[in-house]
Amino acid sequence: MNDKNKVIAGIVIFFVLLTSPFWYNLLAAKTPAPEVVLTAKAKAAKVCVRDTAWMKANHMQLLDEWRDAVVLKSERIYVSPDGKEYNMSLSNTCLDCHSNYTEFCQRCHEYASIEPYCWECHINNPKETE
Amino acid sequence: MEDSRRQFLKITGIAALGLSTASTAGVLAADQGPQPYTRKGDEALTAKQWGLVIDTTKIDHELAEKITEACHTTHNVPFFDPEIVGPEVAKRHEIKWIWETHYHNAFVDSGSNNYMSEEVEHRPFLVLCNHCEAPPCCRACPTEATYKRDDGIVIMNFHRCIGCRFCMAACPYGSRSFNFRDPRPFIKETNLKWPTRSKGVVEKCNFCVERLAVGKAPACVEASDGAIVFGDLEDPDSHIREVLREHYTTRRRVSLGTGPAVYYII
Repeated sequence: MNDKNKVIAGIVIFFVLLTSPFWYNLLAAKTPAPEVVLTAKAKAAKVCVRDTAWMKANHMQLLDEWRDAVVLKSERIYVSPDGKEYNMSLSNTCLDCHSNYTEFCQRCHEYASIEPYCWECHINNPKETE
Repeated sequence: MEDSRRQFLKITGIAALGLSTASTAGVLAADQGPQPYTRKGDEALTAKQWGLVIDTTKIDHELAEKITEACHTTHNVPFFDPEIVGPEVAKRHEIKWIWETHYHNAFVDSGSNNYMSEEVEHRPFLVLCNHCEAPPCCRACPTEATYKRDDGIVIMNFHRCIGCRFCMAACPYGSRSFNFRDPRPFIKETNLKWPTRSKGVVEKCNFCVERLAVGKAPACVEASDGAIVFGDLEDPDSHIREVLREHYTTRRRVSLGTGPAVYYII
């Protein structure tokens, strides 16, 4: 039991190291959330399929539901809670307004460190290439 | 002691009951507003079993090329030019949804005739996915990436395809192609309204489901100047059934029991 102090010191250091990511996050400056740019068309439309906050949090689930509805059930019309109808198409509806991939989609995805591979098939920006 | 334990259990039980009803009530009270839903478009064409009749007497090489071109540009099918990638690679990597072939390749088991009409023998035959009644590809697919829809169309969900190519081995018509490489650089003119495929997935004719959904005929039918007729095979009053009643038709490799939905007027 002569090494009691050393052992306790060791345990304390171990726990500090173990929790260091939390300390780092508390102390270090926050990485600012990315600013996304809306295209003129998106601005003019004012609302997306659902409200902005909902879309920010849930667009991936929405796209997943859209995909299943179109591919599996061959239903292509989405009726939003306020009764508006949309063609469920990533390329032709979503990316028609949000045609600025690098300033819109990519900014958040990079910040969140995720790499969705939608664009391997779905054409990124109909208007830019037109 | 007995009393207090009994008391304790009673109180806990009632409390648990109360808590569970409270949370259920919360769930029931929320989300009472209108809910979003999905539906089919109003102009969507529907059928029990879509089918095609291809009048081979009306199709020459030029028209066959025009039809193939219409299909392949609509669906962003890549073309590997033999002059650029070499003839061997062009053949191995070839992607085709609809294509022209010889009589003996199209009707393998009808080749027993030694002395057949030269005109028929040299006629171009357009072949494509037969959208079989009992599709062997769907049975082979381990991920259910390919399946038969309620309207009889055998379709692929590219999102689910893992590129195992069991379906290609199972299809007796060679209707499926595999993307051995990224097809994008080889697409001549990209149709921006329709996605491309990625490397590592199988692809084939989808009976233009995206066109049927908005009330349009398949691209091949539209480009064929009346040489290809489409319609519901299970509706006795449909135009396609009328055409089938009036003409002698045959199907490809019927003996296999796949039940092709593409008929040929010879």
